[in-house]
Amino acid sequence: MDLSHIILSLLTWLPISGGIAVLMAGDGGDSASSRAAGMRLLSLSVSLLTFVLSVFLYNNFDTTTASMQFVERSPWIEALNVEYFLGVDGISAPLILLTAFITPLVIIAGWDSIKERPAQYFAAFLILEGLMIGVFAALDGLLFYMFWEAMLVPMFLIIGVWGGKRRIYATMKFFLFTFLGSVLMLVAFIYLYNKAGSFNFFAFVELPLSLLEQQLIFIAFLLAFAVKVPMWPVHTWLPDAHVEAPTGGSVILAAVMLKMGGYGFVRLSLPMLPDGSMYFSGMMIALSLIAIVYIGFVALMQTDMKKLIAYSSIAHMGFVTLGFFLFWSIGSGSGAELGITGGMVQMISHGLVSGAMFLCVGVLYDRVHSRQIADYGGVANTMPIFAAFMVLFAMANAGLPGTSGFVGEFMVIIASFKANFWFAFLAASIMILGAAYTLWMVKRVIYGDVANKNVAALKDLQPREFIALGILAFAVLLVGLWPAPLVDMMSATVNELLTQISQSKL
Amino acid sequence: MHGIHLTIVLAPLFAAIIAGLFGRQIGRAGSHWLTILAVGLSFALSILVLKHLYWDGGQIENYTVYTWAVSDGLHMNVGFLIDRLTALMMAVVTFVSLMVHIYTIGYMTDDPGYQRFYSYISLFTFSMLMLVMANNFLQLFFGWEAVGLVSYLLIGFWLKKETAIFAGLKAFLVNRVGDFGFILGIAGVVMFAGSLDYATVFAAAGAIASQSIEIIPGREWNAMTVICILLFIGAMGKSAQAPLHVWLPDSMEGPTPISALIHAATMVTAGIFMVARMSPLFELSETALAVVVTIGAITAFSMGLLGIVQNDIKRVIAYSTLSQLGYMTVALGVSAYSAAIFHLMTHAFFKALLFLAAGSVIIAMHHEQDIRKMGGLKKYLPITYWTALIATLALVGFPGTSGFFSKDALIEAVSESHWHGQGPVYWIAYLSVLLGVFVTALYSFRMFFLVFHGEEKMDKETKSHLQETSWVVTVPLILLAIPSAVIGWFTIGPVLFADYFGDSIVVAANHDVLAYLGQSFHGSAGFMLHALLGPAVYLAAAGAGTAWYLYLKRPELPQLWRQKMSGLYDLLDNKYYFDDLYIKGFAAGGRRVGQFLWQTVDVLVIDGMLVHGTANTIGRLAGVLRQLQTGYLYHYAFAMFIGLVSFLGWLLWF
Repeated sequence: MDLSHIILSLLTWLPISGGIAVLMAGDGGDSASSRAAGMRLLSLSVSLLTFVLSVFLYNNFDTTTASMQFVERSPWIEALNVEYFLGVDGISAPLILLTAFITPLVIIAGWDSIKERPAQYFAAFLILEGLMIGVFAALDGLLFYMFWEAMLVPMFLIIGVWGGKRRIYATMKFFLFTFLGSVLMLVAFIYLYNKAGSFNFFAFVELPLSLLEQQLIFIAFLLAFAVKVPMWPVHTWLPDAHVEAPTGGSVILAAVMLKMGGYGFVRLSLPMLPDGSMYFSGMMIALSLIAIVYIGFVALMQTDMKKLIAYSSIAHMGFVTLGFFLFWSIGSGSGAELGITGGMVQMISHGLVSGAMFLCVGVLYDRVHSRQIADYGGVANTMPIFAAFMVLFAMANAGLPGTSGFVGEFMVIIASFKANFWFAFLAASIMILGAAYTLWMVKRVIYGDVANKNVAALKDLQPREFIALGILAFAVLLVGLWPAPLVDMMSATVNELLTQISQSKL
Repeated sequence: MHGIHLTIVLAPLFAAIIAGLFGRQIGRAGSHWLTILAVGLSFALSILVLKHLYWDGGQIENYTVYTWAVSDGLHMNVGFLIDRLTALMMAVVTFVSLMVHIYTIGYMTDDPGYQRFYSYISLFTFSMLMLVMANNFLQLFFGWEAVGLVSYLLIGFWLKKETAIFAGLKAFLVNRVGDFGFILGIAGVVMFAGSLDYATVFAAAGAIASQSIEIIPGREWNAMTVICILLFIGAMGKSAQAPLHVWLPDSMEGPTPISALIHAATMVTAGIFMVARMSPLFELSETALAVVVTIGAITAFSMGLLGIVQNDIKRVIAYSTLSQLGYMTVALGVSAYSAAIFHLMTHAFFKALLFLAAGSVIIAMHHEQDIRKMGGLKKYLPITYWTALIATLALVGFPGTSGFFSKDALIEAVSESHWHGQGPVYWIAYLSVLLGVFVTALYSFRMFFLVFHGEEKMDKETKSHLQETSWVVTVPLILLAIPSAVIGWFTIGPVLFADYFGDSIVVAANHDVLAYLGQSFHGSAGFMLHALLGPAVYLAAAGAGTAWYLYLKRPELPQLWRQKMSGLYDLLDNKYYFDDLYIKGFAAGGRRVGQFLWQTVDVLVIDGMLVHGTANTIGRLAGVLRQLQTGYLYHYAFAMFIGLVSFLGWLLWF
């Protein structure tokens, strides 16, 4: 059977329908029941099957072409000329792989640490997975928008139901920030639809737009995407959301959902609004650099591990937007490709590293029920294997060469030096700040003598935790030591994107 | 040869992984045998490579092992450049590493982290080899950071020791300040040369030097000067040059074997190696060379002075290392790259020896490191005594020892370098290295006399146990003592004056001070005789004599002077207040900035005024409508979710 024509639908709808099935079956109100255990197993199987499908996608992905692959296209709402239009290229395929890779790990990580409504919890993650893959695969604006908004619901439930004490505040903030942004994106889509006669992304790219139109649409997109990334100054929802979210929620939020913003910029803003992007590039670079430096300092002062990693995420995502918008100050030619590629590699790497960091915090939280740095100290004495993982991921977070964290940062720093010495100067400050906040935390949590009786009572990793962290460690090292496969996947598409954005619409 | 190169690199990596992951299974003996065999293999093959390149006249090899990534036409590879410079470094690194591996059996014998320690030092050997064998800037940076990582892990090896983990963090962060400059330098190289490969970049050196970069608007700077200074900032971090030297003395909190291997013989010399490797670039910027000389001269002299007031045996040696690294840096700055590498090599032997001897003393003294509580150890530790004496003589430059040849050649090179026409910088450098000789002899013999001679100041309990430890400790001492004593005699001719390095090191004709010295070089014996006419040997003798007078003959004098010159003493005792500046200034300042941005800007302005302000306003407006709604968030969420599912279902169904 040739899967190529339905692979994207399968990737999208298999986890969603699996999730709905788990939701329907439920756990009978007893998390210890055999039914709950069955649901766990079912959820894991569905997510693993989805991962296998994504491996199929990777194996059959043609890195030599920039055109959309695995395209599925059929009329959907004919009256409005809306299509069910899916396809992937070098920008979206790696993100789909990331999503399918992370979700099983989240399910393994939540295996028996979720005591309350486990079936619903796993169902939410499966549905979320399908919706996220849908976002990355959709090539029709309306379809894209539906996945985009629907994605909020499961995440919102994950934080609202399984979250911490201030979960309602955090959920509300998360919801309002992201929702307000996305509504403007819908308005922009409708405007473009009125001019192009369809929601097809390719029609949007071809559509001639005046500078004013481009500027306004850019701002509408910007609000939607900047909130998701998140960029300074619309970042304040993220630390709250992370702190209140359960471990799995934080992992997915950091690893995949933040990538929606970055993805939006490369999928929509840059190719559709070349002149608008050009106009705002200076501002985008400035905001990115503020995120890197300013947030670096803020992260230093955090006393809550999850907040610290959340702030660190903002700084690292600053590299993504910095890389994307360097194009404009360099002009066409050398450096631009490196910046965009670096930004995209950084998205994947950040997915792995921040996901792993949140899992690490989750491991500690499950045991001690505290996220405060001050409640730990000398964890390495009682959890040596865990400590080794944590130090590895911390080093990746600090951008050590040989780990995935280095690849994107290196590319973006090199590209930004070509644009302007001071861009590179400010961006490279992450070498110092990133190491300072990450390793200072490691010093206080992992090293030292056993700080208290909670730490003394810690048990090292359980097999399922070991598996989840071990797989992530492998991925972090693989991408760090040999990023060529990932970069090659993106290369043709990035070049095509550069051609698109170098063609002014004016 | 490619297979041999790969084996040299991968054998220690393999051993490190096995000892690290399966240390419990293979046991203590298993892990030390495995790593020793691996490093031994690397050493044997490195000698083979050296032989092939030097005696057999083998060709330089420069090739790609695998492609890391390609983007934007920039090829990022992992590859090796094996020339005589690399081969020399490989031999030195693997030899010292092997000695330290053997020594560790004795030094760490009771340590619960035995296997972990072996894993780390083997990983270090791998990283250092990657660094010196790189044929491109990417891999150089990989090795550069990897040795930094292992250094961090090893300084904080005893993870319950608060001072050690602080020192590890400090080392990593200070190095990162250097790396910050280094990576910008690499970015500059890519910008102006369009490549990361040494060969391509060096070929483009002339073109780089003819361009300029505007960093401050309106001021054009030569691109090569900017690149070289940025790269040199990296070297300042790794090779602990002032003002980025502060981490090295603190790194002494780690176990002594790694102080010898990483923080004396190899890793800290990576900066020296890097600048020598980049000689085709540095040669084209006299401004950058002047910066290098200045930093080196300051470090060489000022750090030596600090060695005089230290009382911890390892810290005395650490300041000595700083000072000697300063010497090497000065040599780089006067374009005597070969002299810098030559001193790097002899220093690797005698300083590793000195550290291991100090470690031997520390074990015998039951982990007492204060030299004021030692004395008269000569009769208890004869092997340690004689090997430490050889190391000390080499360090102060006693005629005939390895350190004599390298240091004297270095000083000669500096003294002759004034004909570059570079002005006062070179006179300052000459004065620094010359006075530094006196200072070196003073602190070295102060330590030597206080430890091995004079009154026995340890308690009875310690004294009753004083004896040499096992052969695993003394054999490496002896094996290191041999090159420390004699290697200078045999190698000064070929390395400095017979074009050993060939094209590996490029020196502009008008900078080539070593070639000038070479004209009057007629063998090692002649070099020694010639040196007796210069001031350095007498300054060293004066330093040793002063130490003898002050610390053996009239031990009350130092105390007296200390009280009389308390201002000077405080300045030295507080290490010129650099630590205070960094910890109370930069670190605390950074935290205050963070606190302000977080609590004031983020929480108060953005969240408090903008977000909550808007929310409250809307909330008041919406108050009227609130009657209609339940206010439960999950009601809304479920409504949305059900609506969405039924909507999608309906669309798909029809």
